[in-house]
Amino acid sequence: MNGRRIGADIRVVARGYYRNPAALFFSLIFPLILIGLFGLIFSSTGSGAVTVYVLNEDHHAASTQFLSALNNTTIVKVQVVTDPSVTPASFAGWLGQNGDPVGLVIPADFSQNVSNATPVDVTVFSNPQDASAGGEALFAVAGVANQFNLALAHGSPVIEVPPAKGVGSTIYTYIDYLIPGLIGFSILTSPMFSMVDVTSSYRKEGLFRQLSLTPLTRGEWLTSRILWYVLLTFAAAAIVLAVGRGGFGAHETVGVGLLPFLVAGPFFFVSLGMLAGAAAPTPESAAVIGNIITFPMMFLSGTFFPVSQFPGGLQEFAHILPLYYVIDGMNQVMLFHNTARAATDLAIVVVAGAVVFLLAIRLFRWRDE
Amino acid sequence: MADAIEVRDLVKRYDDLTAVDGISFSVPAGSVFSFLGPNGAGKTTTVEILEGLRRRSSGEVQVLGLDPWTDGRALHARVGVIPQEFRFFEKITPGEAVAYYRALFRSRVDASELLARVELLDKKDARYDQLSGGQKQKLGLALALSNDPEICFLDEPTTGLDPHARRAIWHVIRSLKAAGRTVFLTTHYLEEAELLSDRVAIIHHGRIIAVGTPSEIIAAHGQKTRLELEAPPALADYLSKALGGGVRAEAGRVIVELGDPHDALRVLTAAEASGLPWTSFATERDTLEDVFVRLVGRMDDGALKAEGPA
Repeated sequence: MNGRRIGADIRVVARGYYRNPAALFFSLIFPLILIGLFGLIFSSTGSGAVTVYVLNEDHHAASTQFLSALNNTTIVKVQVVTDPSVTPASFAGWLGQNGDPVGLVIPADFSQNVSNATPVDVTVFSNPQDASAGGEALFAVAGVANQFNLALAHGSPVIEVPPAKGVGSTIYTYIDYLIPGLIGFSILTSPMFSMVDVTSSYRKEGLFRQLSLTPLTRGEWLTSRILWYVLLTFAAAAIVLAVGRGGFGAHETVGVGLLPFLVAGPFFFVSLGMLAGAAAPTPESAAVIGNIITFPMMFLSGTFFPVSQFPGGLQEFAHILPLYYVIDGMNQVMLFHNTARAATDLAIVVVAGAVVFLLAIRLFRWRDE
Repeated sequence: MADAIEVRDLVKRYDDLTAVDGISFSVPAGSVFSFLGPNGAGKTTTVEILEGLRRRSSGEVQVLGLDPWTDGRALHARVGVIPQEFRFFEKITPGEAVAYYRALFRSRVDASELLARVELLDKKDARYDQLSGGQKQKLGLALALSNDPEICFLDEPTTGLDPHARRAIWHVIRSLKAAGRTVFLTTHYLEEAELLSDRVAIIHHGRIIAVGTPSEIIAAHGQKTRLELEAPPALADYLSKALGGGVRAEAGRVIVELGDPHDALRVLTAAEASGLPWTSFATERDTLEDVFVRLVGRMDDGALKAEGPA
């Protein structure tokens, strides 16, 4: 390993990148677009409320109070049906024609029965395919009904449940989980898509033969790429963190603990990209091999959704994907401050990276036999 | 003079093909040696073995006293190579490419001087993918020279180039020879080899079929020098009797083979004495190309391109 030669090679890589706007866009701007997109989809307030169409047959004070209380839960948004042709019998069909929203029927004798303390049913309609909206509506209606029941019985609540807290000491939002995922996404995709292509096309065009006539070694060539992608990863992480914290109020703390992951991640994936590109007989098959490796990892390593939300078998699968340990480790250092677990994650990535690095430079020959 | 390259009984086999079939030759230091042959004759395989880019099946090869395959790294520091169909990074400029090689080789060659030498200084800041074929080849040559090599291997360096670019590369080859460097050239342009080389080897089907200076090869394998007169066939009969054989008539010309160039005077004197009308005369000598065509004989028409200097 010779620093002067690695430095000279990095300058060539950097200029090639700088002159290839598509690659730069993919490495730096694409994660920015993703964080904006996912941030807006999942973080905007109020959009989470489920709209409930209410067929109110009652029109007296108690039903108005009930609906007002329901609206105040903020879990659901009450929308009273004003079409006079809709009846309790035709309500389910009407909901179906209107795209299956959640519905609620307040019967005509509601207020009268409430004032007499006679049991009365309010019925929730929901599409079984959309279990979460139906469940939230049912939960809200039952909660309000309980309050009414308690008030009618002149009781006061014994057990109080304050709003749910996130894991740990802070309330975490989706964006908090998304940020390490997106940094991981960048660590995975920018080297993989480019290294697989570069390795196979350099081989096809004889550029490795050309380089084999110089003192540059395969190890130096690969090292200079790794260093370049470490730099790109630093830039991508800085952008994602700045936008996540500044734009979406993310709770990540940034410290030196993050740095090893921003180095070990590219170390692994640049080496893997070279190995995949070198193993492929043609640039076309290299692209296929690269995609086979990249896509499952892109979605199943906790990039966009926490692995803990996956079904059991898929969680097991995630645990054999190296990117999972990169992302989990960054979650541990930036959110949960679990140093021991982060250190284990890092060790796994470093060892896997060393194996792939050695395989890449040993299996791949620049010259012909 | 010591030999820069020594090859003995070199063989290269691919699965069921013997590309190089037991060739031996040597190249004295400071000379220009050309490898001539039709496409597929084994030229590139041989030169790649000498460059350390390809492993030989058997035989002995020494380049600057080194084994090119096992001592590749040491050898590459001292030789320069333009591979066949030289290609480089698309987005790099010639200026940057030379600077890159200078850093890799830790060379002190002046980048601008080097680019000027290959007539590429005006394209110093152009991207590689915008250079013409000739300019790309000149960059290849500049890179091959960036470590001030003792031997320069040029594998078909002028194939497909325009006459101007070809001459620029010839000029560099001559300057290398003038500076005492060894040049190993493969080409299928016969006149190029004849013009530049001290010695030539003709390779066909993996074997060397002739080796020596161009004149030696022509003398050994070519026809005798001929005197041709534009004259009626009757002169042929007359000269045949007067000179005793080696005379034929062909399409309005009378052709006399000369054992020695000085015999021309005798022929002309006899022609004059015949009283027959003859209008003009010329001497004809086989070129390397004539010899090559005769030796290689059965090769495809497309394999031979005998374009000369423009």
